Amino acid sequence: MSLTLHINGETHSVDAEEDTPLLWVIRDDLDMTGTKFGCGVAACGSCTVLVDGIATRSCQTYLSDLEDSQVTTIEGIRGPVADAVQQAWRDLDVVQCGYCQSGQILSAVSLLSEVPKPSDADIDAAMAGNVCRCATYRRIRAAIHRAAAKLES
Amino acid sequence: MTLQTSRRGFLLAGGLSALAVGFTPGGRLAAGTPASHAFNPFVTIDSDGRVTVIVKHFEMGQGTSTGLPTLVAEELDADWEQIAVAFAPADNRRYANLAFGIQSTGGSTAIANSFLQYRQAGAAARDLLVRAAAGIWGADPADITVQKGMVGHGGKTLGFGALAAAAAGLTPAEAPRLKDPSAFRLIGDPKLPRKDSQDKTDGRARFAMDMKLPGMVVCVLKRPPRFGARVRQLDSSGAEGLPGFVGAKSLPDASGVAVYGKDSWSAIRARDAIEVDWDMTQAENRHSDRMLSDHLALLAAPHYQARKQVDPAETAAALAGAAKVVEAEFHFPFLAHAPMEPLVCVIEPTAQGVRLYDGSQFPANTQPTVAELLGLEVERVEIETLYAGGSFGRRATPNSDYQAEAAMAFALLGGETPVKLVWTREDDLGGGYYRPMAAHRARIALDQDGRIRGWDHRLATKSILKGSPFESFLVHDGVDHTSVEGLADSPYALPAFSVGLSDFETPIPVLWWRSVGHTHNAYAMEVMMDLAAEAAGQDPVAYRLSYLEGEDKDRRRLTGVLKLAAEKAGWSGPTAPNRGRGVAVHKSFDSYVAEVVEVSGHDGAIRIEKVTCAVDCGLPVNPDIIKAQMEGGIGYGLGAVMRNEITLSGGEVEQLNFPDYEPLRIADIGPIEVHILPSAEAPTGVGEPGLPPAGPALANAIRALSGTTATQLPMIKGGIAFS
Ligand code: FES
Ligand code: FES
Repeated sequence: MSLTLHINGETHSVDAEEDTPLLWVIRDDLDMTGTKFGCGVAACGSCTVLVDGIATRSCQTYLSDLEDSQVTTIEGIRGPVADAVQQAWRDLDVVQCGYCQSGQILSAVSLLSEVPKPSDADIDAAMAGNVCRCATYRRIRAAIHRAAAKLES
Repeated sequence: MTLQTSRRGFLLAGGLSALAVGFTPGGRLAAGTPASHAFNPFVTIDSDGRVTVIVKHFEMGQGTSTGLPTLVAEELDADWEQIAVAFAPADNRRYANLAFGIQSTGGSTAIANSFLQYRQAGAAARDLLVRAAAGIWGADPADITVQKGMVGHGGKTLGFGALAAAAAGLTPAEAPRLKDPSAFRLIGDPKLPRKDSQDKTDGRARFAMDMKLPGMVVCVLKRPPRFGARVRQLDSSGAEGLPGFVGAKSLPDASGVAVYGKDSWSAIRARDAIEVDWDMTQAENRHSDRMLSDHLALLAAPHYQARKQVDPAETAAALAGAAKVVEAEFHFPFLAHAPMEPLVCVIEPTAQGVRLYDGSQFPANTQPTVAELLGLEVERVEIETLYAGGSFGRRATPNSDYQAEAAMAFALLGGETPVKLVWTREDDLGGGYYRPMAAHRARIALDQDGRIRGWDHRLATKSILKGSPFESFLVHDGVDHTSVEGLADSPYALPAFSVGLSDFETPIPVLWWRSVGHTHNAYAMEVMMDLAAEAAGQDPVAYRLSYLEGEDKDRRRLTGVLKLAAEKAGWSGPTAPNRGRGVAVHKSFDSYVAEVVEVSGHDGAIRIEKVTCAVDCGLPVNPDIIKAQMEGGIGYGLGAVMRNEITLSGGEVEQLNFPDYEPLRIADIGPIEVHILPSAEAPTGVGEPGLPPAGPALANAIRALSGTTATQLPMIKGGIAFS
């Protein structure tokens, strides 16, 4: 069936079943591959997108729930918070294999949009759902603090 | 092995078609533009000045796409900004790993084997540019300077691009002169940015999982519930009529069923609706507890002695006459690699054969494997290497397992339709190729001064290499070197140290897992050293140092990192209340690493407060990447020893997805501080060596805090809780 989706400021009409996970629509139908498949069961965070600004696992989000929502993927993040986060990630060379990093960045953007100056405990809580098998956690934490400092100044 | 010289194989006559170089992993055309000039197999320079370094080692996060270009840019005197990266095509002749003689990435060899080769490639290109400029200006080449991508003489300058055509037409020098290390400005620069940071932070980095080709179908395999089971009968009626379902076919070897869909979700969903009747007669039916007891039984009479220089009778005599015997038994579970990007390979038909899109770790093996399956000549299988979302060893199987699956799925469908073979996380955790299970039993004989007089070490584990094409390289007199590495060849000066090995047999496929045999051998050895130090009433650092004395190079370098880590961790100072510190030191992949882990206790639960690491990996090429690899190896290792295991019940794997195989998460680990020992030695590995000391240092810290020795892994199974 035909469903309407608002992604990165554009409206798409996609032909898919209502119970199709958003992840696969984004990747396979809309060809935006920055959002990754890692587990399919909301346990790794590779597939994180923003739904109305909140970090959300797209592998467990269904099209039928999204009629009135704005979805943002790594390809569509813009603005001072996103810029600060991406820049901090580059300044500190956070990435290794990089496969988890779209999801990490979107979770960090979501966190900093809500909590401009997060504590380590805030970071632990907000980033708990994002696995990095390369274990870049130390740098992720440092990059979030760095982005926060930049946004403050 | 340390690679001092790597002249062989370099500069096989120019002649590389720049067009053979495909896309950069970011998806932009790297070469093949009309004015691209090949200088040698590793360097092309475009008329706009862009230098493309062709990287022969795939990028799984370990930094090859920065490290190898650093070597070229250094000798070329290029500006780092003008350097672009492309991955090499499958070609053993030009792109072999000089440590192995074939094109492959592994064993933490990428920088070690490329160090001279890629510098020579850069120096050769620089020499050509200089001679071209000398010709244009009528100057002596000796008077020409090159700085940050500009060639100059007497106030005149030209960029590389303007000289590229003329330079590429000259004959390359046989032995281009290399810089003296004192002149390095990129090698050793702690701030040199990674080449892949941009693409990996804006979603543009292309992984094989991201490939989509016109007309492509997605295939997932319905895999047997137990290792070694075969398809008896397939019933796909349940999937008929599901949206996007294309079809299902049993694989030629009956090892599974290929389920095809028009996209990923269609294939995944259809797989659930398909019924297979499995023939379990050849399958592994045991419970993992039973396998463990089978390992333990094998310790009674080792199949092989891995230290020929020691007579086990001598060890037995030392134990019989010991003032004190320290002993322990260690259990290590199967471990899955669980790279973040599940395995995936795309295959499409070409005019001559096929092309694979793969995070290709082992092209030298994949190319002939796929060629044979499809009845093609080897050269007709092209491989385009994309970024790999981690590997930790998993993408380099001796049988190219998942690429072979892709080829079979492609052939079954008629060989005309592009096929993307995708593993889900369930396939990954349940699919084998694990770090083998292992059991160790060690008995140390101490005299009344606490000195070691003999050490009887036995282990049982499945051989990774027996039955593989690499058996003849690394299995000698029955001993698979990867089973005993880091133990039988320990640099500690130990008297009457015998290592008995028994091979465990199971149809479960096993594989190298980040640092391979060192994963369990360093753990057992370094926990035993601590137990011995304690029995001797000595400080763990001082006790280890006493077995690392003398001029032996390994002992000197181990001493260097051990002292540095201890100093930086404040080892000699007091431990804060409710804290415990543990240490371990280990040599692997020609690098030397010591780590101190500090833990705290909270209501009986352990928290990792800090890890201090010292590494000696020879001349540091990219210090920040070395640090990142230490951080990564430590995290990967600690997560596994804390709580990961693959278990089987009646032959069926019990861990299906991350909730059952809980990976390390951000809150699990405190700061990691890495110190690099300055060195002028040839560079050695960094991808794996950070891992082996991490687990035993944690175990030793927990024992220092609580008195509990973690001998059964994962630690949570042995009753240790983490907060
Ligand atoms: S793929 Fe969605 S959380 Fe793992
Ligand atoms: S960078 Fe590899 S999984 Fe995070």
